[in-house]
Formats: sequence, C-alpha cells, structure tokens
Amino acid sequence: MSDELLTTLMERRTFLSARPSADHPAVNCPASHLVAFLRDLRDAEGFEMLLDVTAVDWAESRRPRFTCVYHLFDLERSRYLRVASDCHEDANPTMPSVAGLWATADWHERETYDMFGIRFEGHPDLRRILMWDGYPYYPLRKDFPLAGEETDLPGADVAEHTDARVSAAPMAGGPFVSGTSGGPMSEREPRAKDESWTENAPKPKKPDPTKESS
Amino acid sequence: MVTATEYGYNSKIEGDVVVSRADAVINWIRSHSVWPMPMGLACCAIELMAAGGSRFDISRFGMEVMRFSPRQSDCMIVAGTVTYKMAPAVRRIYDQMAEPKWVVAMGACASTGGMYRSYAVLQGVDRIVPVDVYVSGCPPRPEALLDAMITLQNKIRRERSTARLISSNR
Ligand code: SF4
Repeated sequence: MSDELLTTLMERRTFLSARPSADHPAVNCPASHLVAFLRDLRDAEGFEMLLDVTAVDWAESRRPRFTCVYHLFDLERSRYLRVASDCHEDANPTMPSVAGLWATADWHERETYDMFGIRFEGHPDLRRILMWDGYPYYPLRKDFPLAGEETDLPGADVAEHTDARVSAAPMAGGPFVSGTSGGPMSEREPRAKDESWTENAPKPKKPDPTKESS
Repeated sequence: MVTATEYGYNSKIEGDVVVSRADAVINWIRSHSVWPMPMGLACCAIELMAAGGSRFDISRFGMEVMRFSPRQSDCMIVAGTVTYKMAPAVRRIYDQMAEPKWVVAMGACASTGGMYRSYAVLQGVDRIVPVDVYVSGCPPRPEALLDAMITLQNKIRRERSTARLISSNR
C-alpha cells in the first residue's frame, strides 16, 4: 500500500523523490514546493492531520546541514506519511511556515526554532517556547554540549541579587547510560560512560593513536 | 490563720501560668504552625500531595495548611525539578514570603539537579534560595518529607527568635 501511495504522489509531482524509511512511506520535497505540496496533501489526498514538525541536524560538516520533517496522518484511511525538506542555508537555516495550513504547526515550529534555530518564514509569532526569550543557543544542534553553556540567568534582578548564573551541568563522566550489552536493560545499572574524571579530577587525555607507545 | 499571701500569685484571679523563656514560647508556636508553600514543579509534588493526604497526614505537625500565596506561608517546599526558566519565579516567590521563612529542598532534583545533568536545569535550588533542609530520594517517600519537616521543627526550636525580633540586623 505504501508503494502505491508513493507512486500516485510522485506521478504528477516531479519535484518529489522517495526517501528511505524504516516504517511509514516518506518523500523528500524541496522547500520551494513545500507549502503547496502540503496543502495539496491536506485538501486532495486526505492527510488532514499534522502530527509533528521537527528537524534533524546532520552535523556541522554536512551539506545540507538541517532537514525539517513533517509527519502527516490520514484519519480516514489510517495512513501515515513523512515529508522531509532540506533547509537551503546552513548558517541561518530557514523554511516556509505551514502555520497557515494547520494551527498546530504554530507551536511545533516554535519548538523547532527554539531547539534548532530554523527560522520559519511567515510564522505569525516566532518566539522561543521551551527556553526563555534571550537564551543565546539552540540546544539540539550537534555542536551544543548536553551539559550546556554558561550564560546569564533569566530575570536580571534575580540574577543580580543571587549571583546565580546558568552554568554547564557537572557531568562527572556522564551522560549516564545503561550499556548496550549484557542482559535486559531492566537489569543493567546506568553508568557514566567515562568514569575516569570528575569535576575535581580533570579528564585524562586520550593517548594519541598516531604515536607509538614506547 | 493566713494560708495565702495577698501579694503573691492568685490563681483564682489570674488562671494557670507557666513561666518560660520568650524564645521557647515563640519557637514552640512557630515550629507547630509551619504553613508550607508547595512549590510543586515535577513528580516530587505527587509525594508532597501524598504527605498531605490522610495516610501520612502532615497535619499532625500543624503543616496541613498549604498556602499558594507566598504572603501566608512560612516554609517553601521545593518539590521538583527547577529549570533555569523557572528559577527567577521561585526566587521571586521566596522574596515575597514574610519573615520568618524556611526552605526545604525535596528530592534529588531540588537539592542538586538530580538526574537532569542538562543545559536546562538549575543544579540545586540552593543556588538561588537559602535551603534549610535537604531531602534525598527520587522521589523521597512521604515519610522522608515528614522526617525533614521534623528536622526543620528541631532547627526552628534552636533559633534565637527574640534576638531576631529585636535587632533588625540578623
Ligand atoms: S527528584 Fe525524582 S521524583 Fe523528584 S522531581 Fe526529580 S525526578 Fe521527579
């Protein structure tokens, strides 16, 4: 059924290309056709519901670096469809907003903007939604460390009289994960990946593999 | 024959009297009417609610009067994960509470950031408010919270309240 859907979709739309997918049918759509294509899907193909808008940061070195992903659902025939669209620019990624098609896209796009820094053009009110206004980073980008970066506490008055700052969290060799081998996950205690250092004992330098140990 | 002196204490007129120190009286009153400000921010708040229910019954200690107004509460129980975004609000509510006031950091998150070693979470509420009692656990059982509140009561009993009342500089 999924092949059938893809063939019908791609028959008349040469700009689409099939996208490898482990579950639901998926297509790539260039950003310039995105809004028109999604409107078509909603009005003509029965994909009335937008389930999620998110993005992928492939890594700083990859081109294109950011891809926006839209998950659609057909309520009548219980079909899913995933539409992916690459952002043209890597330094200041943008994407046309679909908040005009689905009201739910408003907050989804705000979240994607908050976490990845992708600006949705035509969005009615593109503000951060999880982090506070004025936070200078985009936390789900690949170059952002899990522990965070030092910056000012929101609320200047509070920051002033408590002297508190947003600082990198102590990781102590973390993140804490249960390993991938050795019995079921329920029996594996989560451990720091690298317990050789703490905040007081600095992280040991990795031996350089290019140099021979004598 | 005169059995009672005219000048002494006449219990028929004055009623029963117990002589004590001002500190002891003030602290006794304060320690048995600690009205909590339930700063319930995450899952720990559920255990806080359980502590308020009939099974654990925090009212045995005079603490059942959870006040959502900082003006009427004495002890802020920070129950849950304090994000950086929430931190200024927590501090402002603390500032709005009238003296004397205390803070209990309930659970791993409020005490240290807990399992959230993350860019978004304040690593311990003691970075923005002075904490009196820390409770370990994720979440702590209601008994652990009650134990913390008893610890707080003991702490209040040792305070020099009269001196604090008289001198403005504490
Ligand atoms: S300490 Fe555990 S139970 Fe309490 S708020 Fe944190 S994660 Fe939730």
